Amino acid sequence: MDLAIPSIDIASLGPELILSIAAILVLMVSVFLPKERKDPACYLSLLGILFALASSVTLWGKPKYAFNNMIYVDNFGLFFNMVVLITAGIAILMSINYLKEEGMSHGEFFALILFATVGMMFMAIGSNLITIFLGLETMSISIYVLAGFLRERDRSNESALKYLLLGAFSSAFLLYGIAFIYGATGTTDLKGISVFLSEATYLNDPMLLAGTGLLLVGFGFKIAAVPFHMWTPDVYEGAPTSVTAFMSVGVKAAAFAAFVRVFSYSLWNLQPDWVLLMWILAVLTMTLGNIAAIAQTNIKRMLAYSSIAHAGYIMVGMVASSELGISSILFYMLAYAFMNLGAFGVIIVFERKGEKNLDIEDYSGMGFKYPALALLMSIFLFSLAGIPPTAGFVGKFYIFGAAVKEGYIWLAIIGVMNSLVSVYYYLRVTVVMYMNEPVKEFTGITWSPSMVIALIIAVIGTLLIGILPSPYLDLAKQSILLMM
Amino acid sequence: MTAFFFFPIAIVVLISASLVIFFRNPVHSALSLLLTFFSLAGLYILLNAQFVAAIQVIVYAGAIMVLFLFVIMLLNLDKVKKERERHPLQKAFGILIASLLLVVLGSVIASGILYGTKGIYTVEKVAAIGNTKAIAGLLFTDWILPFEITSILLLAAIVGAIVLSKKEL
Repeated sequence: MDLAIPSIDIASLGPELILSIAAILVLMVSVFLPKERKDPACYLSLLGILFALASSVTLWGKPKYAFNNMIYVDNFGLFFNMVVLITAGIAILMSINYLKEEGMSHGEFFALILFATVGMMFMAIGSNLITIFLGLETMSISIYVLAGFLRERDRSNESALKYLLLGAFSSAFLLYGIAFIYGATGTTDLKGISVFLSEATYLNDPMLLAGTGLLLVGFGFKIAAVPFHMWTPDVYEGAPTSVTAFMSVGVKAAAFAAFVRVFSYSLWNLQPDWVLLMWILAVLTMTLGNIAAIAQTNIKRMLAYSSIAHAGYIMVGMVASSELGISSILFYMLAYAFMNLGAFGVIIVFERKGEKNLDIEDYSGMGFKYPALALLMSIFLFSLAGIPPTAGFVGKFYIFGAAVKEGYIWLAIIGVMNSLVSVYYYLRVTVVMYMNEPVKEFTGITWSPSMVIALIIAVIGTLLIGILPSPYLDLAKQSILLMM
Repeated sequence: MTAFFFFPIAIVVLISASLVIFFRNPVHSALSLLLTFFSLAGLYILLNAQFVAAIQVIVYAGAIMVLFLFVIMLLNLDKVKKERERHPLQKAFGILIASLLLVVLGSVIASGILYGTKGIYTVEKVAAIGNTKAIAGLLFTDWILPFEITSILLLAAIVGAIVLSKKEL
């Protein structure tokens, strides 16, 4: 048998290769570093992220298939690559001091963050269901371990185990869906599927529809859409806070990248079948996330429910799925990355070893004692609530605008009402910070330089996108021009 | 001929798989999982997938299950605490949803319509090339990238296992 060796196009894999090499180097270097002096390992991982970002920029605007159509390096994928790279970079900056304080500063942490990011990037550029699935598993397995990284802490272990069990369950749904789609269309190639579906004769195939439903469950779990959200509050609460920050943005971004590519492009001809389901899921996700967030007393749990609600807003963009809808998803993801990472960053600065200072009540009087920190927190929370002039406002504006334009007026109205509900619980934290008397003594907080850099990046991102949105919206629009 | 072997093996798969859940003793569960893996290998052979069948026996039944049994015996899991009582409605609802899913997926599979274009590897062609050779040929050409991503996946899993279990990092 003669083997036709496919063209190996290393350049198109640039960001993923650089990051994988960086992860392996981090593992090797950290062996030789003395205990509690692992700083070079995290600088190395940051360097890897910077190079991967640069490599993504050089690939911009030249969409091409590579490796026998396993990946499609287009602007859409590269945009999400950059979002997850920025997320990973900020999460690493936020972790350095946090891990030292918890006494768990190990090189493996940074390597696992990088491995997870590689998985996310493969989900974003994957143009075959198999590539997407493998990327998802690489990401998930790294995140399961990261969630349980503080192994002395029961909650961290609980979080990891819960995420592993339910995550494995949801992976089975996704894989079963892939098998059904393969059975119905004869291919796992996203382009092949869409070509096959362009002939309307096959659209009523029950196997195809069942496969689509199973894929929806699999992706719905990863983005924490209601009713597949049950794991979110416990996992987000128990995981190390910097990991929660990373997974609440990174996992969501990567899962949405694959979700949009599969549903809004590959399975576009089935849109009449899935759009109603998506509509219902979006409404449920927004509403339940926001209502449950009101009742929370722990700030990590509150942000967990808030992240569920934000998944709902992004799904509104998927229901619209027009050019404007998809580009508003991209824009929203970028805005969400900065504001959510920022909010978690403030929580990390304020948190003390052993899960102390995590109740919303602990924030009482913070506005007088730490004005800078309280101001930052207020900016991020205002942005999450969608109050101008922040990134969150513009993001919601474009998403709901796209929904209205496509005729989903009720969906937009429900979204705006939800957004109003969310103002209550976001503002409550601000009220507690500025209006309440301190309930207990504040122990001194430490500003590590890396955390300051991370917070500055986050706040600049949040405000800049909010005040001057048009270049970022153009970027998002450019990103979807050449898809598929 | 195929049906003659298929139904007995399929019944063994189903029974042993349910016993994995219903056995109280973890060692018994692990052993019936072993039986499930072996009989699944039998199904693969009926599907002309000898390579996958061999891998199933060597990797799953051989390596993974032996490790599984070791861990169970080392951990001495006999004294599993009685599970906390759930709300009766929770169980009923779970059973309802699961059986609905079974009906839907079962009817889809039973409809048996496969519109998809068949691949080029027919049974005769695979037999001519050789099962292992055909898989290897595809794995190292068309599917080289997924194959390589798997290596990163496994590396992350190995690092993760050490992070979670090593006594002193």
